[in-house]
Amino acid sequence: MSSSHPDRLFDLTRTDDQRMSHESMQRFADSEIRSIARSSDEAGAPPVGFYDKTAELGLALLSIPEALGGAGMERSPVSSVLNIEDLAKGDLGLALGAVSPQAFVNTLIDQGNDAQREQYLPLFCEGTFVAATTALMEPRAMFDPTELHCNAIEEEQGYVLNGIKCMVPLGMDAQLTLVIARLKGQGNAAFIVEGTPQGMIRTEESNMGLRTLQLATIEFTNVRLPLEARLGHDEFDLQRFIDLSRLGIGALAVGTCQAVLDYVKDYVNERVAFGEPISNRQSVAFMVADMATELEAMRLMVWRAASLAEQGLEFHRPTYLAHVACGEHAMKIGTDGVQLLGGHGFCREHPVEMWYRNLRAIAILDGVASA
Amino acid sequence: MIQLEISDKHQETFNNAMLLAEHMMRPYSRKYDKEEHTYPTEMDEVVKLLAGGRSAGSSTGGASAAESSAVVNGGNMAAVIGLQALAWGDLGLFLGMPANGLGNAAIQAVGTLAQREKYGTSYAAMCITEPGTGSDSANIATTAVRDGDEWVLNGEKIYVTSGQWADTLVVWATLDKSLGKAAIKSFIVEKGTPGCEVTRLERKMGIRASDTAAITFSDCRIPADNILGSAELAADAEGRKKAFGGVMQTFDNTRPPVAAMALGVGRAALDLASELLTEEGVSPDYNRKPCNVSAVEAELYRLEAEWEGARLLTLKAAWMADNKQPNSKEASMCKAKAGRMGNRVTLRCVELCQSLGYSESRLLEKFARDSKIIDIFEGTQQIQQLIVARRILGKSSSELK
Repeated sequence: MSSSHPDRLFDLTRTDDQRMSHESMQRFADSEIRSIARSSDEAGAPPVGFYDKTAELGLALLSIPEALGGAGMERSPVSSVLNIEDLAKGDLGLALGAVSPQAFVNTLIDQGNDAQREQYLPLFCEGTFVAATTALMEPRAMFDPTELHCNAIEEEQGYVLNGIKCMVPLGMDAQLTLVIARLKGQGNAAFIVEGTPQGMIRTEESNMGLRTLQLATIEFTNVRLPLEARLGHDEFDLQRFIDLSRLGIGALAVGTCQAVLDYVKDYVNERVAFGEPISNRQSVAFMVADMATELEAMRLMVWRAASLAEQGLEFHRPTYLAHVACGEHAMKIGTDGVQLLGGHGFCREHPVEMWYRNLRAIAILDGVASA
Repeated sequence: MIQLEISDKHQETFNNAMLLAEHMMRPYSRKYDKEEHTYPTEMDEVVKLLAGGRSAGSSTGGASAAESSAVVNGGNMAAVIGLQALAWGDLGLFLGMPANGLGNAAIQAVGTLAQREKYGTSYAAMCITEPGTGSDSANIATTAVRDGDEWVLNGEKIYVTSGQWADTLVVWATLDKSLGKAAIKSFIVEKGTPGCEVTRLERKMGIRASDTAAITFSDCRIPADNILGSAELAADAEGRKKAFGGVMQTFDNTRPPVAAMALGVGRAALDLASELLTEEGVSPDYNRKPCNVSAVEAELYRLEAEWEGARLLTLKAAWMADNKQPNSKEASMCKAKAGRMGNRVTLRCVELCQSLGYSESRLLEKFARDSKIIDIFEGTQQIQQLIVARRILGKSSSELK
């Protein structure tokens, strides 16, 4: 902490740009996401055309250089988490789907080489939704992103990829999938997989929650990739990738928990039992107070880590702690949300049971929604 | 711009306070824990150094606050940042120090210029709680009756922090109990005034270095000018409600500092526990997911996360005060979160370190005793939850009791 930052002040004020996009994101989350969250959950997919609408928000192209057709704005993890937070207030799964291309783009900007940037980034600047995603997780108990089983072997003409990835957002339709794997003898590497090469099999998952998202398990059996498929030149910075993704996941948690709090607040004020609103009872009111308090702590932890990342400072530990806090408290808020609605909360006529199912994913997700 | 690192200036404040805490407070922690009610002479030097630092700091703080509409990182933030460090040193010793307490905060907040000059930096203690009145401070029974140029006080106050060594007391009393909280006023009583007597010192579980006194007032006569704020009683119910609200708002300024005490004690426990656990080969690297590491490591991560969340809530509440934003909800949020965090962290650190945690040969058991009071004084956990809940739910105190 001895390095000097003479003008640095603690501040929680959004910039003018952030204030403006706060308004438009909230509006979008209300009118375009929340309104279809339940029906999409039931259908197991968003309505046709949903993701094209999200493309109009222009999230993916913000930090793409102008020369490649993007907005050329400086990478801002803070703006990213603010946007993701707002979108997730509409629906966690749909928000995650909407920002998955951004995770692909950000990682490419961060760790790709010039040729890869020139080849892929212009695709995202045409105003249409490009289904691009990232694939890190693997289906086994005690999975840890620090120990990947999915592996690649380098050969003269390219790479051979083997292994299974799971919980891949947009995994059924992705045109571009960034697959993280162990490269034999060289540590971690990321590979850009175009379309569905031979040996790659996609299976749609059916999970407890995130049903709007159409998560997929992808199996790679001797999939041959060209040399140019490997992201960047050096070893893939897996830690940075995971940390940036955890900022996004934290923001998803914060946004969803805000939705829970807002909904529950109105419900307990209106629901009458024993002749008065149940919110007149401390046992109810204190749960709401704790929800609000823990939610604010989660939000500040995510913001702090994102701000450190933005300043180019060490942000690993604060990110890890934000992830721990969000994993624990988001689930607590989710379960208390159902509890406060009682039997009504358990029924699908209210959204709290959906939030409960979705929030269980926060401590599990990794490698998605990179900020 | 969203940026949650503290300023260089405040980092320096923190570093300096940590030096005092480490070298001039911590070495006496155990001594005054054992020698309850003994005056800690070694702290006189710390108090002097702090007073010097404060006057140096406040002049520059004022200058930056004057600069237009720019964001301010000022006195409220400096207070919580410095206090975290001093409480890390020793909470009891800190609480016993003159000019740092709630009494001074009240005089500074509502005193007249003359009162602030005369008593603002005195050794002031706050007398609110009574044997029959705790969290319901609107219900106090100590009376103040005007008699010519004097007020006559009668009643009994308990849990007066530093009541023994203080030279000034700020006493809450009612002008007319039948008017409820509207008639509650606070008065400055100089120690040594006839009728004012320290009758007992509590023997406590923790913060033993800080004296907690019971004080009685029997026909205790003080000058008419020694009332803090107006002696008028508002004519209507609305005005009376407002008047008491003003008194209670003092707490919005003092709750973040109390939260900072929990940060200090919690940090002290985490630091010490981490040291002891490192000797046993536990080395948290914040790498694998919490469900894939040992239970000890996972618990450390959770405690660190709780601590960090409480810290940021506390900084936010103080930052809002510095920037003149109403922060009643946030002040209670940080006190609630930090209060329960401090208690949980210290108790778990004792458990993680097993017999070493429980033993008086280390300080972990002391931190676990000290931390409990932080979740009680300046508004219990439950009072903070009430305040937050009322704000969130839009409830009055008659609806949500």
